[in-house]
Amino acid sequence: MAASFDLNNDGVVVIIGSGAGGGTLGNELAQKGVDVVILEAGARHEYEDFINDEWGSFAQLAWTDKRTTSGDWRVAKDFPNLPAWIVKSVGGSTTHWAGASLRFQEHEFKTLSTYGKLEGANLLDWPITLAEMEPYYAKAEAKMGVTGTNDWPRLPGNNNFKVLKAGADKLGYKECHTGNMAINSVERDDRMSCQQTGFCFQGCKWGAKWSTLYTEIPKGEATGHLEVRPNAMAIKINHDASGKVTGVVYADKDGKLQEQKARIVAVAGNSIESPRLLLNSASGKFPDGLANSSGQVGKNYMRHTTGSVYAIFDKPVHMYRGTTMAGIIRDEARHDPSRGFVGGYEFETLSLGLPFMAAFLDPGAWGRSFTTALDHYDHMAGLWIVGEDMPRAENRITLHADEKDAHGMPIADVHFDDHPNDTAMRNHAYKQATALYAAVGATRTFPTPPYPSTHNLGTNRMSEKAADGVVNKHGQAHDIKNLFVSDGSQFTTGAAENPTLTIVSLAIRQADYIAAQMSAKTI
Amino acid sequence: MVTIYDAKPGLSRRELLKRGGIGALLVISGSAVISPEHAWGLETSALKPETMATLIQMARDIYPHDQVPDKYYAIAVKGHDEQAGKDAAYKATIEDGIADLDKKSGDGGYRGLGWEDQRVGVLKQIEATPFFQAIRGGLVVSLYNQKEVWPIFGYEGESYSKGGYIARGFNDIEWL
Repeated sequence: MAASFDLNNDGVVVIIGSGAGGGTLGNELAQKGVDVVILEAGARHEYEDFINDEWGSFAQLAWTDKRTTSGDWRVAKDFPNLPAWIVKSVGGSTTHWAGASLRFQEHEFKTLSTYGKLEGANLLDWPITLAEMEPYYAKAEAKMGVTGTNDWPRLPGNNNFKVLKAGADKLGYKECHTGNMAINSVERDDRMSCQQTGFCFQGCKWGAKWSTLYTEIPKGEATGHLEVRPNAMAIKINHDASGKVTGVVYADKDGKLQEQKARIVAVAGNSIESPRLLLNSASGKFPDGLANSSGQVGKNYMRHTTGSVYAIFDKPVHMYRGTTMAGIIRDEARHDPSRGFVGGYEFETLSLGLPFMAAFLDPGAWGRSFTTALDHYDHMAGLWIVGEDMPRAENRITLHADEKDAHGMPIADVHFDDHPNDTAMRNHAYKQATALYAAVGATRTFPTPPYPSTHNLGTNRMSEKAADGVVNKHGQAHDIKNLFVSDGSQFTTGAAENPTLTIVSLAIRQADYIAAQMSAKTI
Repeated sequence: MVTIYDAKPGLSRRELLKRGGIGALLVISGSAVISPEHAWGLETSALKPETMATLIQMARDIYPHDQVPDKYYAIAVKGHDEQAGKDAAYKATIEDGIADLDKKSGDGGYRGLGWEDQRVGVLKQIEATPFFQAIRGGLVVSLYNQKEVWPIFGYEGESYSKGGYIARGFNDIEWL
């Protein structure tokens, strides 16, 4: 049965956020008998409540609290108050994610050593290696039911995948398949297999796609050691005179401020909210915000080098039928500077419904050039580019100077400029994808600009040395030993792969570390 | 023979609908925009019916889909009438915007321009204005989010209640 802890219980681990990082860490600790309170800003919607409707679902799940943007990215112009398409709900963005679960490549943990110094990029090696991560990747894949691992079959390919595969074959790409997906291809873990419904982004109504909402969280609650408190928006982390954190101030469902005492605090609010909270927790002792002696909190914001290519054919495709991210080409994920950029990228099929296609294909566009594209919606195939972008100190989350949210907390500003490497990579990917679809007979292709960010990374990065980053190899703040970061904001660099599997693996690893440190009474 | 009636007082909507056979053109009667051919009318409460008729034409020129009937463009812009009823400044933005559009279009006004290219030429002159952005920005949701238009584009919408596509063609492509 789910636990219920007193606000004054200072023996609990307080986790802020219930997504891939927070939800996993909460369950892992609860399984070890550690008492945990998860503060989740959003409401709790179970999977039967999800809506097969893009705008309807967006209203139900998306984080739509106002944010501001700046920088040369097109999102700042087209969606100035929506820099990211992420979730405010129990389960966080694991309700919305597509399910792609890829391990990072070895060199992606060592980007500074591999790519060398790059002007305008704040590259750094991770303090962890792939070899150290492998056992945790294996645990995460087993937990999440990743297809193509543990003898679970890959998902069957839908129409959108078949077009991608035909083009990949024509171009001579070798590694093209239906992916490593945290979507059940067979019934397992008391959950159904994929029914090819589409609407993966709107929350899987079958529960076939892994989400902390209906895996980690109920399992943690069943131990009696986990309480998830929805509609609890964290505002500030308090600390004592020694600099140890002591509790989290949050606005409850009625907007009333409460403080939950804590032995340990783990921040997992995604890469915009996590640094916002640390910065907003500035005090006399920590005038620049918590865990920020390096000055790196909020900096190095990464969002992956993305973009989409949609193509129209003279015959029907119906790309929206079935798994949204239904297949992958991995050949371009290698590091091969002869292409004119460092790092690599993945091609993954993607589909939007008609309402979102109209909003995102070419935001702001109108007239026949635009509408004739939509006229052939059912003849369209599409893919998404996801590649490694360069960390830059100037790309950062800051607290807005004037604007505050409903609780009086300064809203976040998200600044992003593409690095020339990002632009070169995106242009290469546009060209390759256009050639791929042309090879299958596309009559028209659309290099579609990046959407509001779904992969938000790097704003509390991990580093060997305290001067270079915010947390150590366990996600533990260099400055405050009972403060942890447990989401994608701890990524040192972004790699080419979708981040969730790595976030989950790091959370499993962090839970082992926290439990060991608690037993040893060092925290 | 087909006769076009435009904004002539004294012709009731019932009469207009009875006459029928008028084609795709919209007719203004009292406070309503009427499509006699397709038997629908849109009553306005805050905006002038002429303004609504021009908004409908403007909506089609912004997102032209020849296979989509006027009715859906009318539904897509009717929110501006509701908003204008609640907000005098908003009403002025819309009425002034349409008046400006008509002025830029010459004697016959915006709807008097026969070719889409001519009307688009006028829209290009105002595309940076808050008026145009309000119309376009609202329309991209209010037009394409109508479930009734989805089948016209071949989009099937909600699929959970039908068991997804696992047995309904998720992998039925045959031409590759």
